[in-house]
Amino acid sequence: MVTFQFVPYNDVEQLTSAKRINKLLNIVKDDRIVIMEGRLKKEEETELIEITMEEISSKFKGIELSVIYPDQRKQDPVRRMKGAFANILLGDRQGLTIIGPASLVKKIEQNPNKIELFTKDVSRKKIAVPRKKR
Amino acid sequence: MVSTFFRNLLKRLNISPFSKKSHIKLGLYGPPNGGKSTLANKICLDWLGEEMNSAVSHVAHETREIIIKEQVNIKNKKGKQLTFSLVDTPGIATKIDYEEFLRKGMNKIEAKKRAKEATKGVIDAIKWLDQMDSVVVVLDATKDPYSQVNITIVGNLQARNIPVLIAANKTDLKKSKMDVIKAAFPQYEVVGISAKYGKNLDLFYEQLFQLAK
Repeated sequence: MVTFQFVPYNDVEQLTSAKRINKLLNIVKDDRIVIMEGRLKKEEETELIEITMEEISSKFKGIELSVIYPDQRKQDPVRRMKGAFANILLGDRQGLTIIGPASLVKKIEQNPNKIELFTKDVSRKKIAVPRKKR
Repeated sequence: MVSTFFRNLLKRLNISPFSKKSHIKLGLYGPPNGGKSTLANKICLDWLGEEMNSAVSHVAHETREIIIKEQVNIKNKKGKQLTFSLVDTPGIATKIDYEEFLRKGMNKIEAKKRAKEATKGVIDAIKWLDQMDSVVVVLDATKDPYSQVNITIVGNLQARNIPVLIAANKTDLKKSKMDVIKAAFPQYEVVGISAKYGKNLDLFYEQLFQLAK
Protein backbone atom coordinates (compact mmCIF):
# COMPACT_ATOMS: atom_id res chain seq x y z
CA MET A 1 0.00 0.00 0.00
CA VAL A 2 1.23 3.48 -0.83
CA THR A 3 0.32 6.32 1.50
CA PHE A 4 0.31 9.92 0.36
CA GLN A 5 0.34 12.78 2.84
CA PHE A 6 -0.73 16.20 1.67
CA VAL A 7 1.13 19.10 3.31
CA PRO A 8 -0.69 22.38 2.79
CA TYR A 9 1.35 25.55 2.36
CA ASN A 10 -0.10 26.95 5.60
CA ASP A 11 1.49 24.10 7.56
CA VAL A 12 5.03 24.97 6.53
CA GLU A 13 4.76 28.69 5.78
CA GLN A 14 5.84 29.92 9.19
CA LEU A 15 8.52 27.29 9.79
CA THR A 16 12.24 27.97 9.49
CA SER A 17 14.03 26.20 6.62
CA ALA A 18 15.50 23.58 8.96
CA LYS A 19 12.13 22.83 10.58
CA ARG A 20 10.37 22.71 7.21
CA ILE A 21 12.90 20.23 5.84
CA ASN A 22 12.79 18.11 8.99
CA LYS A 23 9.00 17.99 8.89
CA LEU A 24 9.02 16.75 5.29
CA LEU A 25 11.84 14.26 5.89
CA ASN A 26 10.14 12.83 8.96
CA ILE A 27 7.04 12.07 6.90
CA VAL A 28 9.17 10.43 4.19
CA LYS A 29 11.12 8.39 6.74
CA ASP A 30 7.75 7.11 7.92
CA ASP A 31 7.35 5.56 4.44
CA ARG A 32 4.81 8.08 3.24
CA ILE A 33 4.91 10.13 0.05
CA VAL A 34 4.69 13.86 0.62
CA ILE A 35 2.64 16.04 -1.68
CA MET A 36 3.37 19.58 -0.60
CA GLU A 37 1.54 22.63 -1.82
CA GLY A 38 4.15 25.04 -3.23
CA ARG A 39 7.85 24.40 -3.38
CA LEU A 40 11.00 24.79 -1.35
CA LYS A 41 13.45 27.59 -2.06
CA LYS A 42 16.43 26.67 -4.26
CA GLU A 43 18.79 26.68 -1.26
CA GLU A 44 16.31 24.59 0.72
CA GLU A 45 16.32 21.97 -2.02
CA THR A 46 20.09 21.54 -1.68
CA GLU A 47 19.74 21.59 2.11
CA LEU A 48 17.16 18.82 1.80
CA ILE A 49 19.66 16.77 -0.24
CA GLU A 50 22.42 17.45 2.30
CA ILE A 51 20.29 16.43 5.29
CA THR A 52 19.04 13.38 3.39
CA MET A 53 22.65 12.32 2.79
CA GLU A 54 23.45 12.76 6.49
CA GLU A 55 20.54 10.55 7.43
CA ILE A 56 21.18 7.72 4.98
CA SER A 57 21.50 4.35 6.68
CA SER A 58 20.82 0.73 5.84
CA LYS A 59 17.12 1.44 6.48
CA PHE A 60 16.77 4.89 4.93
CA LYS A 61 18.17 4.98 1.40
CA GLY A 62 17.31 8.50 0.44
CA ILE A 63 14.52 10.24 -1.39
CA GLU A 64 12.97 10.74 -4.79
CA LEU A 65 12.07 14.35 -5.37
CA SER A 66 10.10 16.17 -8.00
CA VAL A 67 8.84 19.71 -8.23
CA ILE A 68 6.07 20.79 -10.57
CA TYR A 69 6.10 24.51 -11.14
CA PRO A 70 4.51 26.56 -13.90
CA ASP A 71 7.09 27.70 -16.42
CA GLN A 72 6.86 31.47 -16.15
CA ARG A 73 8.62 31.98 -19.48
CA LYS A 74 5.59 30.42 -21.16
CA GLN A 75 3.09 32.67 -19.35
CA ASP A 76 1.84 35.91 -20.79
CA PRO A 77 2.94 39.11 -18.95
CA VAL A 78 -0.51 39.72 -17.39
CA ARG A 79 -0.62 36.23 -15.92
CA ARG A 80 2.96 36.55 -14.70
CA MET A 81 2.09 39.81 -12.97
CA LYS A 82 -0.99 38.24 -11.37
CA GLY A 83 1.19 35.42 -10.11
CA ALA A 84 3.74 37.86 -8.69
CA PHE A 85 0.99 39.77 -6.79
CA ALA A 86 -0.48 36.52 -5.50
CA ASN A 87 2.97 35.49 -4.27
CA ILE A 88 3.40 38.77 -2.39
CA LEU A 89 -0.03 38.53 -0.75
CA LEU A 90 -0.34 34.80 -0.11
CA GLY A 91 3.22 33.47 -0.37
CA ASP A 92 4.58 31.36 -3.21
CA ARG A 93 2.12 28.49 -3.09
CA GLN A 94 2.25 27.78 -6.80
CA GLY A 95 3.28 24.31 -7.87
CA LEU A 96 3.57 21.01 -6.05
CA THR A 97 6.49 19.22 -4.45
CA ILE A 98 6.51 15.44 -4.34
CA ILE A 99 8.98 13.68 -2.04
CA GLY A 100 8.99 9.93 -1.56
CA PRO A 101 11.27 7.44 0.18
CA ALA A 102 13.72 5.84 -2.27
CA SER A 103 12.91 2.44 -0.78
CA LEU A 104 9.35 2.85 -2.05
CA VAL A 105 9.56 5.18 -5.04
CA LYS A 106 11.69 3.98 -7.92
CA LYS A 107 11.52 7.17 -9.94
CA ILE A 108 9.39 10.17 -10.67
CA GLU A 109 9.26 11.16 -14.32
CA GLN A 110 8.11 14.53 -15.53
CA ASN A 111 6.63 14.62 -19.00
CA PRO A 112 5.16 17.75 -20.53
CA ASN A 113 1.60 16.81 -19.61
CA LYS A 114 1.85 14.52 -16.60
CA ILE A 115 3.94 13.30 -13.70
CA GLU A 116 4.54 9.59 -13.40
CA LEU A 117 5.53 8.04 -10.11
CA PHE A 118 6.88 4.51 -10.29
CA THR A 119 6.85 2.54 -7.07
CA LYS A 120 9.18 -0.33 -6.28
CA ASP A 121 6.33 -2.79 -5.88
CA VAL A 122 6.83 -6.03 -7.82
CA SER A 123 3.60 -5.37 -9.68
CA ARG A 124 5.11 -1.99 -10.72
CA LYS A 125 2.33 0.38 -9.88
CA LYS A 126 2.21 3.54 -11.90
CA ILE A 127 0.37 6.51 -10.51
CA ALA A 128 -0.25 9.36 -12.91
CA VAL A 129 -0.87 12.85 -11.59
CA PRO A 130 -2.44 15.00 -14.32
CA ARG A 131 -0.73 18.31 -14.77
CA LYS A 132 -2.53 21.62 -14.70
CA LYS A 133 -2.79 23.27 -18.08
CA ARG A 134 -0.65 26.36 -18.32
CA MET B 1 25.03 32.92 2.86
CA VAL B 2 26.96 36.14 3.52
CA SER B 3 29.51 35.35 0.80
CA THR B 4 26.67 34.61 -1.63
CA PHE B 5 25.05 37.94 -0.77
CA PHE B 6 28.27 39.88 -1.45
CA ARG B 7 28.97 37.89 -4.61
CA ASN B 8 25.48 38.73 -5.91
CA LEU B 9 25.85 42.37 -4.87
CA LEU B 10 29.17 42.71 -6.71
CA LYS B 11 27.72 41.09 -9.81
CA ARG B 12 24.68 43.37 -9.74
CA LEU B 13 26.97 46.37 -9.50
CA ASN B 14 28.97 44.91 -12.38
CA ILE B 15 32.10 44.71 -10.26
CA SER B 16 33.97 41.49 -10.85
CA PRO B 17 36.93 40.96 -8.56
CA PHE B 18 37.45 37.59 -10.25
CA SER B 19 38.33 39.21 -13.57
CA LYS B 20 41.57 40.40 -11.99
CA LYS B 21 42.36 36.95 -10.64
CA SER B 22 45.15 35.13 -12.36
CA HIS B 23 42.85 32.12 -12.62
CA ILE B 24 39.38 31.02 -11.73
CA LYS B 25 37.82 27.96 -10.14
CA LEU B 26 35.96 25.92 -12.74
CA GLY B 27 33.74 23.22 -11.27
CA LEU B 28 32.43 20.10 -12.96
CA TYR B 29 29.03 19.31 -11.50
CA GLY B 30 26.26 16.90 -12.34
CA PRO B 31 24.56 13.65 -11.45
CA PRO B 32 26.62 10.45 -10.95
CA ASN B 33 27.96 8.70 -14.05
CA GLY B 34 27.51 11.69 -16.34
CA GLY B 35 31.20 11.66 -17.26
CA LYS B 36 32.63 14.45 -15.07
CA SER B 37 35.81 12.56 -14.26
CA THR B 38 36.28 11.39 -17.86
CA LEU B 39 36.00 15.02 -18.97
CA ALA B 40 38.35 16.21 -16.19
CA ASN B 41 40.94 13.62 -17.24
CA LYS B 42 40.56 14.57 -20.90
CA ILE B 43 40.98 18.31 -20.20
CA CYS B 44 44.14 17.63 -18.18
CA LEU B 45 45.48 15.24 -20.78
CA ASP B 46 44.89 17.76 -23.57
CA TRP B 47 46.48 20.74 -21.80
CA LEU B 48 48.83 19.36 -19.16
CA GLY B 49 49.84 16.14 -20.87
CA GLU B 50 48.73 14.03 -17.93
CA GLU B 51 45.40 12.83 -16.54
CA MET B 52 43.83 14.33 -13.43
CA ASN B 53 43.89 10.96 -11.69
CA SER B 54 40.13 11.02 -11.33
CA ALA B 55 39.06 7.39 -11.23
CA VAL B 56 36.50 6.40 -13.85
CA SER B 57 34.09 3.49 -13.55
CA HIS B 58 30.75 2.26 -14.81
CA VAL B 59 29.69 1.92 -11.16
CA ALA B 60 28.12 5.15 -9.90
CA HIS B 61 29.83 7.27 -7.24
CA GLU B 62 33.38 6.41 -8.29
CA THR B 63 34.40 9.98 -7.44
CA ARG B 64 33.66 10.46 -3.76
CA GLU B 65 36.03 13.30 -2.97
CA ILE B 66 36.62 16.73 -4.44
CA ILE B 67 39.67 16.55 -6.76
CA ILE B 68 41.43 19.74 -7.79
CA LYS B 69 43.98 20.36 -10.51
CA GLU B 70 45.59 23.77 -10.21
CA GLN B 71 46.89 25.90 -13.06
CA VAL B 72 45.18 24.36 -16.05
CA ASN B 73 46.11 26.68 -18.90
CA ILE B 74 44.18 26.49 -22.16
CA LYS B 75 44.58 28.48 -25.37
CA ASN B 76 42.13 29.24 -28.14
CA LYS B 77 42.75 29.73 -31.87
CA LYS B 78 43.21 33.49 -31.40
CA GLY B 79 46.01 32.82 -28.93
CA LYS B 80 44.01 33.91 -25.91
CA GLN B 81 44.84 32.08 -22.71
CA LEU B 82 42.64 31.00 -19.84
CA THR B 83 44.00 29.63 -16.60
CA PHE B 84 41.77 27.88 -14.10
CA SER B 85 41.74 25.43 -11.26
CA LEU B 86 39.70 22.45 -12.37
CA VAL B 87 37.48 21.03 -9.65
CA ASP B 88 36.05 17.55 -10.23
CA THR B 89 33.17 16.92 -7.83
CA PRO B 90 31.28 13.79 -6.73
CA GLY B 91 27.97 13.26 -8.49
CA ILE B 92 24.98 14.79 -6.75
CA ALA B 93 22.18 12.36 -5.92
CA THR B 94 19.15 12.22 -3.64
CA LYS B 95 19.51 8.52 -2.86
CA ILE B 96 22.38 6.11 -2.27
CA ASP B 97 21.65 2.44 -1.76
CA TYR B 98 24.56 0.21 -0.80
CA GLU B 99 22.62 -2.75 -2.26
CA GLU B 100 23.15 -1.23 -5.72
CA PHE B 101 26.89 -1.69 -5.18
CA LEU B 102 26.33 -5.28 -4.03
CA ARG B 103 24.65 -5.95 -7.35
CA LYS B 104 27.79 -4.64 -9.08
CA GLY B 105 29.83 -7.36 -7.41
CA MET B 106 31.12 -5.67 -4.26
CA ASN B 107 31.05 -7.35 -0.90
CA LYS B 108 28.88 -5.94 1.88
CA ILE B 109 31.71 -4.14 3.70
CA GLU B 110 32.98 -2.51 0.50
CA ALA B 111 29.47 -1.56 -0.58
CA LYS B 112 28.59 0.03 2.76
CA LYS B 113 31.91 1.91 2.83
CA ARG B 114 31.35 3.19 -0.70
CA ALA B 115 27.81 4.31 0.18
CA LYS B 116 29.06 6.12 3.29
CA GLU B 117 31.81 7.89 1.33
CA ALA B 118 29.36 8.72 -1.46
CA THR B 119 26.97 10.47 0.95
CA LYS B 120 29.85 12.58 2.27
CA GLY B 121 30.90 13.31 -1.31
CA VAL B 122 27.45 14.67 -2.18
CA ILE B 123 27.50 16.94 0.89
CA ASP B 124 31.01 18.19 0.00
CA ALA B 125 30.01 18.87 -3.61
CA ILE B 126 27.07 21.00 -2.44
CA LYS B 127 29.21 22.87 0.11
CA TRP B 128 31.76 23.68 -2.63
CA LEU B 129 29.13 25.36 -4.83
CA ASP B 130 29.83 28.73 -3.22
CA GLN B 131 33.55 28.47 -4.03
CA MET B 132 33.03 28.20 -7.79
CA ASP B 133 33.50 31.05 -10.24
CA SER B 134 32.10 29.11 -13.21
CA VAL B 135 30.54 25.69 -13.55
CA VAL B 136 30.21 23.12 -16.30
CA VAL B 137 27.19 20.91 -15.64
CA VAL B 138 28.01 17.55 -17.18
CA LEU B 139 24.93 15.55 -18.18
CA ASP B 140 24.58 12.16 -19.79
CA ALA B 141 22.91 12.99 -23.12
CA THR B 142 21.29 9.56 -23.24
CA LYS B 143 19.32 10.19 -20.06
CA ASP B 144 16.26 12.23 -19.17
CA PRO B 145 17.53 15.76 -18.38
CA TYR B 146 14.39 16.72 -16.45
CA SER B 147 15.48 14.99 -13.26
CA GLN B 148 15.05 17.09 -10.15
CA VAL B 149 18.76 16.77 -9.30
CA ASN B 150 19.69 18.49 -12.58
CA ILE B 151 17.05 21.16 -12.04
CA THR B 152 18.21 21.72 -8.45
CA ILE B 153 21.89 22.03 -9.44
CA VAL B 154 21.18 24.47 -12.26
CA GLY B 155 18.66 26.41 -10.13
CA ASN B 156 21.18 26.81 -7.33
CA LEU B 157 23.91 28.00 -9.69
CA GLN B 158 21.46 30.49 -11.16
CA ALA B 159 20.49 31.71 -7.67
CA ARG B 160 24.19 32.21 -6.88
CA ASN B 161 24.79 34.03 -10.19
CA ILE B 162 27.46 31.52 -11.19
CA PRO B 163 27.92 31.26 -14.98
CA VAL B 164 26.89 27.85 -16.32
CA LEU B 165 27.76 25.83 -19.39
CA ILE B 166 25.90 22.58 -20.00
CA ALA B 167 28.05 19.78 -21.44
CA ALA B 168 25.82 17.09 -22.91
CA ASN B 169 28.22 14.16 -22.75
CA LYS B 170 28.19 10.74 -24.45
CA THR B 171 26.99 12.09 -27.80
CA ASP B 172 28.90 9.23 -29.41
CA LEU B 173 26.05 6.97 -28.27
CA LYS B 174 23.06 6.52 -30.58
CA LYS B 175 20.62 7.02 -27.71
CA SER B 176 21.91 10.54 -27.04
CA LYS B 177 19.36 13.30 -27.57
CA MET B 178 20.92 16.74 -27.85
CA ASP B 179 17.62 18.38 -28.78
CA VAL B 180 16.02 17.17 -25.53
CA ILE B 181 18.90 18.56 -23.44
CA LYS B 182 18.72 21.89 -25.27
CA ALA B 183 14.96 22.05 -24.77
CA ALA B 184 15.35 21.36 -21.04
CA PHE B 185 17.80 24.23 -20.49
CA PRO B 186 16.97 26.86 -23.13
CA GLN B 187 18.54 29.69 -21.13
CA TYR B 188 22.01 28.10 -21.21
CA GLU B 189 24.62 27.32 -23.80
CA VAL B 190 24.61 23.57 -24.41
CA VAL B 191 27.56 21.86 -26.08
CA GLY B 192 27.40 18.22 -27.11
CA ILE B 193 30.61 16.30 -26.48
CA SER B 194 32.05 12.87 -26.07
CA ALA B 195 34.66 13.16 -23.32
CA LYS B 196 35.65 9.53 -23.83
CA TYR B 197 36.52 9.97 -27.53
CA GLY B 198 37.38 13.68 -27.46
CA LYS B 199 34.53 14.56 -29.83
CA ASN B 200 33.64 18.25 -30.19
CA LEU B 201 36.05 19.33 -27.46
CA ASP B 202 37.40 22.25 -29.56
CA LEU B 203 33.96 23.85 -29.37
CA PHE B 204 33.77 22.99 -25.67
CA TYR B 205 37.10 24.75 -24.97
CA GLU B 206 35.94 27.76 -26.97
CA GLN B 207 32.80 27.88 -24.83
CA LEU B 208 34.94 27.89 -21.67
CA PHE B 209 36.39 31.24 -22.76
CA GLN B 210 32.84 32.63 -23.08
CA LEU B 211 31.94 31.18 -19.69
CA ALA B 212 34.88 32.79 -17.93
CA LYS B 213 34.36 36.26 -19.46
